[in-house]
Amino acid sequence: MAETGRPLLELRSISKSFPGVRALSEVSLSVREGEIHAVCGENGAGKSTLMKVVSGVHPHGSYQGEIRFQGSPCTFRDIRASEDLGIVIIHQELALIPYLSIAENIFLGNEHARGGIISWNETIAHARRLLDRVGLTENPHTRVADIGVGKQQLVEIAKALSKKVRLLILDEPTAALNDEDSRKLLDLILELKAQGIASIIISHKLGEISRVADSITILRDGRTIETLAMDGGEVTEERIIRGMVGRDLDHRFPERTPDIGETVFEVRDWTVHHPIDQERKVVDRVSLKVRRGEIVGIAGLMGAGRTELAMSVFGRSYGRGVSGQVFKDGREIRTRTVPEAVGHGIAYVTEDRKQYGLNLIDDISRNISLAALGKVSRRGRVDAREEALVAEGFRRSMNIKAPSVLETVGRLSGGNQQKVVLSKWIHADPDVLILDEPTRGIDVGAKYEIYTVINSLADAGKAVLLISSELPELLGMCDRIYTMSQGRLTGEVGRAEATQELLMRHMTMDRNE
Amino acid sequence: MDMVKTGAAESRPDPGGPASRGRGTGEILRQAVRSNVRQYGMLVALALIVVLFQIWTGGILLKPLNVTNLVQQNSYILILAIGMVIVIITGHIDLSVGSLAALVGAAAAVMTVKHSVPWPVALVVSLLVGAAIGAWQGFWIAYVGIPSFIVTLAGMLLFRGGTQILLQGQSIAPFPKGFQQISTGFLPEVGPNTDYHNLTLLIGLAVAALAVWQEVRDRRLAVRYGFDSLPTGWFLAKCAAITAGIAVFTLLLASYHGFPVVLLVLGALLIAYGYVMRTTVVGRHAYAVGGNQAAARLSGVKSRRVVFLVFVNMGVLAALGGLVYAARLNAGTPNAGINFELEAIAAAFIGGASASGGVGTVLGALIGGLVLGVLNNGMSLVGIGTDYQQVIKGLVLLAAVGFDVWNKRRVGS
Repeated sequence: MAETGRPLLELRSISKSFPGVRALSEVSLSVREGEIHAVCGENGAGKSTLMKVVSGVHPHGSYQGEIRFQGSPCTFRDIRASEDLGIVIIHQELALIPYLSIAENIFLGNEHARGGIISWNETIAHARRLLDRVGLTENPHTRVADIGVGKQQLVEIAKALSKKVRLLILDEPTAALNDEDSRKLLDLILELKAQGIASIIISHKLGEISRVADSITILRDGRTIETLAMDGGEVTEERIIRGMVGRDLDHRFPERTPDIGETVFEVRDWTVHHPIDQERKVVDRVSLKVRRGEIVGIAGLMGAGRTELAMSVFGRSYGRGVSGQVFKDGREIRTRTVPEAVGHGIAYVTEDRKQYGLNLIDDISRNISLAALGKVSRRGRVDAREEALVAEGFRRSMNIKAPSVLETVGRLSGGNQQKVVLSKWIHADPDVLILDEPTRGIDVGAKYEIYTVINSLADAGKAVLLISSELPELLGMCDRIYTMSQGRLTGEVGRAEATQELLMRHMTMDRNE
Repeated sequence: MDMVKTGAAESRPDPGGPASRGRGTGEILRQAVRSNVRQYGMLVALALIVVLFQIWTGGILLKPLNVTNLVQQNSYILILAIGMVIVIITGHIDLSVGSLAALVGAAAAVMTVKHSVPWPVALVVSLLVGAAIGAWQGFWIAYVGIPSFIVTLAGMLLFRGGTQILLQGQSIAPFPKGFQQISTGFLPEVGPNTDYHNLTLLIGLAVAALAVWQEVRDRRLAVRYGFDSLPTGWFLAKCAAITAGIAVFTLLLASYHGFPVVLLVLGALLIAYGYVMRTTVVGRHAYAVGGNQAAARLSGVKSRRVVFLVFVNMGVLAALGGLVYAARLNAGTPNAGINFELEAIAAAFIGGASASGGVGTVLGALIGGLVLGVLNNGMSLVGIGTDYQQVIKGLVLLAAVGFDVWNKRRVGS
């Protein structure tokens, strides 16, 4: 560990402004050779912006302050310039081309070629070596579209390794991964560390950070709050959270006394086939019910079929060959189209807010009103006053951080975007809310706010179905939890007896057991 | 307890609430310019082009006769541009409008000239034909899922061929007098003999009053809800500029034959479609579908139906454009409407529409169309050949959209 003392990357007083927003002010950060350095902070704290500065996405001259790499100052004009020095960033949204092979993706823009002619033998041989290093046993010819997200993440890292990486920057690397894949990925990062490759990890998953990081820098509102060294073993999750939000969270989940009524929503024998591979049952004879004022969780690993279940119930928005029955207040209802489902008082808050939840180029107020424009219009004419009033109400009650409801949604941070999506569906005033990963990629403070909203929905007599990959979230929020595995319901656990171990056991159950 | 109600009850924002607090005049102005930079930019560009050609042509451009000509010459492209910008807002394109305009013009000629159908009947039937053809294309695009580029490319060939079959390669003329009036007529004169066309002056006055009233109303709402609004001085300047623009235009028209019938049609379309796109549920759905179709569908928007209706509407407007053109030409000809689709698409993009959908305004498309129209007219007046005209128009389109892209990159993070 003689090498680890020297600073590899030093950021000195980095400031960066966007029109109307000061994203970073005087941020300083130092990453030593061969260390794993975590960067934590609420959404909008400036983590991603900082990483874009480091990797040259925001070029030299568009920010103030100094970047030093291995002791010498850097003036990156673009990503290429930072990659030449061995700084490689892997974004939250993976930058792979789905229809190209693993090998083609690894060397994209960096091909093994002479005079523009690609040498496929070299390409494949080199790809094999790299895949070996990241522990991926896939054929390099396999299309990226045909492997799971976890493996795609490993391909990204192999791609980084092909560029002789010295410093790997990972933005929320495990956000889309299940526990198993996350563990593998973190192990790999530790192994790379042993090979002398330093990493910066941006993550909301404090457990992971505590496990792998050597030090943690906490950002809040675009400033460095503190850097904590992890080697003493005294840094707890509570401690990190305190730094991030600037206050103690004595309860990470708001208190609630459930007042549960009769069954409102019921699904019976729901079966869904894969839209392309029509032989495959993605959801297999699932039956579940939710009662008035109840929050019911659905736990499951990646590919368990939770989102597929929800989306197929919600207007057949997913899959083919759907069969089964849906009941509302004891009567069977048709939910073959989204308007039908909405008409029966069902709302689905999607897991992917950017793709399926929001019109990013439109403003807050128009996004909120979209699902229930009828409520703010008369005879086909939208009442702009009413609409603005409603949006303004949500901006305040949901604490959406934006200068006004006319702000473009694409400019908000993830947590605030999620609040807009929630507002949209609360405005539609449904009886049944299906929330799919409502706190994914959101900071701790905003999470708590969203939990409070969910609780108040249940208190208002709504039936809430909460799909989540975070077990503590399910344990903290739900009155009852269903577990799914490989398309089937594998368990139903009440609040009292639910533990992470029990849930995980059901979640990993083989479909034939 | 109902969440919505709690939200709304707390929400009644006091004027000057947190939304407007701490934002200076400069910031508000900058914001106003930034968010409307495309439309202001295009207006400024239009004004510059007008001034340039006014000087270059030695004052001919803004002669009353030429201004009236400008309106009549460009009316059909502007009508098409209104439909086109809506198509583009929903994230589609329509390449068939030129051929469709020709087909409808031909059909009208066959009806009125060959079969002596009364022209008002022929007009209604023509518009219905446009709607039916729009529905045909909308069906393939919205319900079958064939990309609009391909469906309307097919339509372009189909309707051009259809036109030639219908006319058997010949032009059919002349149209009845009443029909020609759609394109070349003027509103009648009323009142005492002044040097100006009285009715035109009255209309101009009404339009100016309406425009200013609209501005005042918007501003009052903005202030009441604590949204950013321009400072009083700037607001007055804006109103004065609007009034002055309308006054000059009105006086120019009024000192020639008066108010062209087709301008009345165009004005009605601008107001109606501007209103539909800005304040109705259907209009809102069109923007939502173009902005993010998946999100719109999951919000319960019947996106297929929206797309279908948008194409039906395009069909009707293409038919109207075709009728106006045929009336101006006073003939139905096999070669009518060639390249109209390209002019209309260019107008929409110059006017700020986004090729990826979700962005654009009816007014913007009209301004874009006028930019092209003034360029055409001005360059013809100074004797620039059609070869160079095309080169210049191509560059203008590229520059306008290039500016758009550059500006978006500069503003966006």
